[in-house]
Amino acid sequence: MCGIAGLIHRGKSSNVGEELQHMLQALKHRGPDSTGYALYADNDGQNFILRFKVGENVGEGSTSVNEDESVYNERKKAVDKKLSELGALVVKEEKLTPYSYRYEIKFDKDLMEFSKAIESIQSVEILSIGKSLELIKDLGDATVVSERYGLNKVQGTHGIGHARMATESGVDIKSAHPFWGYPFADVSVVHNGQLTNYWNNRRVLENKGMRFMSECDSELIAVFLAERMRNGATLEEGMKESLTGLDGVFTYFVATKDSLGMAKDTMAAKPLVLYESDDLVAMGSEEIAIRSILPQEIDTYDPFDGEVKVWQT
Amino acid sequence: MANLKTAEKKTKAQSMGMHTETLTGKTQQKFFNPDEAENFFYWGTYDVDFNKRTDLDVKDLDCIKANKKIDELMSEGYGTIVIKNPQGKHSLGVGILNKLNLIFEGSLGYFGVGSIDGPIVRVNGRVGWSCAENMMAGKVVIEKNAGSCFGAAIRGGDLVCKGSVGARTGIDQKGGTIIIGGDAGAFTGFMMQRGRIVILGDVGINLGDSMYDGTIYVGGKIGSFGSDAVESPMTKDDIEWLKRKLKVAEIGDNFDVSKMTKVVAGKKLWNYDALEPTEKKGAI
Repeated sequence: MCGIAGLIHRGKSSNVGEELQHMLQALKHRGPDSTGYALYADNDGQNFILRFKVGENVGEGSTSVNEDESVYNERKKAVDKKLSELGALVVKEEKLTPYSYRYEIKFDKDLMEFSKAIESIQSVEILSIGKSLELIKDLGDATVVSERYGLNKVQGTHGIGHARMATESGVDIKSAHPFWGYPFADVSVVHNGQLTNYWNNRRVLENKGMRFMSECDSELIAVFLAERMRNGATLEEGMKESLTGLDGVFTYFVATKDSLGMAKDTMAAKPLVLYESDDLVAMGSEEIAIRSILPQEIDTYDPFDGEVKVWQT
Repeated sequence: MANLKTAEKKTKAQSMGMHTETLTGKTQQKFFNPDEAENFFYWGTYDVDFNKRTDLDVKDLDCIKANKKIDELMSEGYGTIVIKNPQGKHSLGVGILNKLNLIFEGSLGYFGVGSIDGPIVRVNGRVGWSCAENMMAGKVVIEKNAGSCFGAAIRGGDLVCKGSVGARTGIDQKGGTIIIGGDAGAFTGFMMQRGRIVILGDVGINLGDSMYDGTIYVGGKIGSFGSDAVESPMTKDDIEWLKRKLKVAEIGDNFDVSKMTKVVAGKKLWNYDALEPTEKKGAI
């Protein structure tokens, strides 16, 4: 099943970390295995935020393994060395868990080459790169993950999140949502549904130089959109192409540094409830997600089949 | 073991003219002997007074506790119950097999008022997926929008949404009437088997896909017809029925029903179509 939620404040900032936590916690019954957040925070915009992991948090069905912390520390040293070789200056570093880090870096070269170099280190995965994007995902429900990473104090304009019930792949961080829109800064995707032409699309996209980090079908959406954008399409154009390019049932959200979008497949097989006002758009797999931050009576609706919408901050 | 043959003495049912044949077998004895009062007890029903009214705030109740509380109130004779603060909770008001005025002051989540048989429900908000699924009888009116699978597999009663609805409205519908004031999504009337769907606005793609009986009336544009669905001429009876139904549903004032498009099943189902109307009802 899985539950997705997203919100965007238009013209102002808010405590999006806490708001998204409430929305995702309300959807816990749809996906208790892992929770992920893509928060667009009020950072100063000077440096890139690099979030990466050097190991896994392994649950049921995962093909990964838990390793000793000393292994993680060695990989972290390798990342530091690679950053230095790439000419990236680390302004600030935070160790969030034994296996995940948040760096602020100064870097002004090609992000794709940068990402390839970092991920050439064994078991290192970049979770996100962006100037406002803070992408966090781990095992546990929304409250557990929020408390582990201190998310309920994050101020920002918008965010998307995902409560995952593992069906297509194991329970681990690499298969958890959101997915970063590699190699584009500040692009993230969450998805509810199943994609049936995953392997066909994956082979084509890999031949075009795109990278997949998991076997999770949802990652395809992020890669699909990234590839279209790399070839000059706007986000909305890429999303509209995805309605025919992706086969299966899906509702997904995509966010960039200043926008939030949703797309629903042509069968309208996956749920989505949407609330839209002049200063706030909130949406989720179920109305109770929206009610968790807007308890008063409001007008909501279900978008129709094949609908694509994009909102700006 | 039950008697295989009833006593020669005339049963009360026979004296009432309910049937004249000699009853044999356990099943007949069990369900058709009016002398046994317990056989006429309809579980989950109560004598209620519509003038006896109460409010129920479900803000801090989960759906199980809220539904039990509704049941308790009916057992105390309350015939009008107003639910406060439903706040999009799922499965509220399900399984009510009673005459009851049930009013929700707010919106429902998924599976609201499912499997009901008799109540009159008004939701002063929206409803999520699968509202009134498997409804047998009664009337449900939604003041705002509804999610997908609105009225899935209903067998009877009237289901009205004054706003727009999602996809697969009336999927597997087996009877009753669904009326939509706004637009409807894709696959409306999917696998419909009986009953009627009325949409005053537009509908999405694949209207009436795989339907094999029933009628759909559309006031606006149709995205596309589904497999087996075909257009049929509007008759005088259709127009009269629509006028009456919309009036009762308090929807579509001054709407010109004569310009609606009528959609029926175009596929010949040899075994099903050979049945008499009453037999068809039994078949589904």
